[in-house]
Amino acid sequence: MVARDNDERTVRRSEERTTVDRTEGRVRVNHWVTAISLILLAFSGLALFHPSMFWLSSLFGGGSMTRMLHPWIGVVLMVSFAILFLQVLKHNFWNKRDTHWMRHVGDAMSGNEENLPEVGRYNAAQKLIFWTMTLVILVLFGSGIVIWYEYFGTSFTIDQQRVGHIVHALAAVAIMLVVIVHIYAAFYVRGTISSMTEGRVTGGWAFRHHRRWLREEAQKGVIDERQKPPPGRPRDLHPAE
Amino acid sequence: MAGLQSQDFARISATTFRPPDVRHDFEVAKLIDVSKCIGCKACQAACLEWNNLKEEVGINTGVYDNPHDLTPNTWTLMRFTEWDNPDTGNLEWLIRKDGCMHCADPGCLKACPAPGAIVQYNNGIVDFVSENCIGCGYCVKGCPFNIPRISQADNKAYKCTLCSDRVAVGQAPACAKACPTGAIVFGTKAAMIEHANGRITDLKSRGFANAGLYDPPGVGGTHVMYVLHHNDQPQLYANLPKDPVISPVVELWKGVTKYAGLAALGFAATFAFVHATIARRNEVSRAEDREAEHLIDEEAAHGRQGQ
Repeated sequence: MVARDNDERTVRRSEERTTVDRTEGRVRVNHWVTAISLILLAFSGLALFHPSMFWLSSLFGGGSMTRMLHPWIGVVLMVSFAILFLQVLKHNFWNKRDTHWMRHVGDAMSGNEENLPEVGRYNAAQKLIFWTMTLVILVLFGSGIVIWYEYFGTSFTIDQQRVGHIVHALAAVAIMLVVIVHIYAAFYVRGTISSMTEGRVTGGWAFRHHRRWLREEAQKGVIDERQKPPPGRPRDLHPAE
Repeated sequence: MAGLQSQDFARISATTFRPPDVRHDFEVAKLIDVSKCIGCKACQAACLEWNNLKEEVGINTGVYDNPHDLTPNTWTLMRFTEWDNPDTGNLEWLIRKDGCMHCADPGCLKACPAPGAIVQYNNGIVDFVSENCIGCGYCVKGCPFNIPRISQADNKAYKCTLCSDRVAVGQAPACAKACPTGAIVFGTKAAMIEHANGRITDLKSRGFANAGLYDPPGVGGTHVMYVLHHNDQPQLYANLPKDPVISPVVELWKGVTKYAGLAALGFAATFAFVHATIARRNEVSRAEDREAEHLIDEEAAHGRQGQ
């Protein structure tokens, strides 16, 4: 099965740089659908959360449109996150190394990663973001159904809906805090964003932050793009040769 | 709200300011004397008439309540209760005209997220302003009396307006005008309390020792009040709450959660911004790029040996 082995190789060497494929296209699509949904939900939700944020409802075509759209965007988020969950679940199981890493989280925050054990595909904090997101999105979806008055106004008692509102509000604050941490970490740890835009990171980035993962990927072999002749130019016409 | 000024309001929903409330001369109130009510439903009919509303023909389920609950079109409803008084052995027919109580501290207004969708005029009337209503149903959760109803047709909230349009031109609400026994009277709140006191004295002299005025302090008093023959047990009257308050869950949601939540988000965003600007960057060094090359060569060789 040589062909399959080739497909599994993710470390690429080109003339300019060495990269490692990190996120497949189908995962990136779901990540961005989820991200855009979350931002739209934050804006439309904040519009209804505090009067000083009500102006955000203009972005959605007014108050009534905001009230109507917000839950449907929530449905989009739930679906796209459910797919994303299944796509990356296998990389996010907790192990002993994660517990060890978490004890030294201060070193990671201050950039002294040499004091930490070598990290696999995701570090403990990333896994924590994944599981927190999963939990909070489930809570938001559940409480969101309870307070979706247009369709479920008579399915739940008024007392249940009151509890639904406070749970939804607290969970919404929680998820916005998680999103802030997530976006912040992506910017602070330079070189990270390309894993979600281009789907790949540099070799140096993988070495610095996810060395165990880099070892595993390198063991599968290297795609060496340096050996290929320049495209569209027959070798015998090259003046230097 | 069109044509009115900020000075005409005591409160406006979902605004960050309190109106000046300079025209606060007197508060109005509707007094419903349950002991005088004969259950004729003239008030219900007058309400539909004046507000030009139509109710669907319903189904009889063996009770007098018709329709069976408040609806977006039925803003007031006679609720009938048969009660065996254990002290006297009498069967009492308790009839209460249900509808918006026009609380001094309205839970609907507190819960409303749409600016100006719920207002309280200087005279105490709490009104829904359809053009600003977004149909979220928060008022339903804010109300301690389960009064607002959301129309499935236009997703707007509706309830008794206390005939604010009639009151504005010096008329009593349509229900009070139509009541044939004088069970519904309308005037300033002070005058209505005085009137009620006379009625309560009369009821007590007739053996209703617990007769009293229902003007619950938990919501700051109301601008629709009842004279009840059994004021010690208001629940008898189709579950009129004994001590209504805005739900503590709603107070928490619209109180500390709102401010603490925004503060937490603002703090987190500010901290992230400042830290990202001043902290040492977590950047990959050239040395690490080179070390990565070595490691890749090493591990790739391991990989080939393993195969």
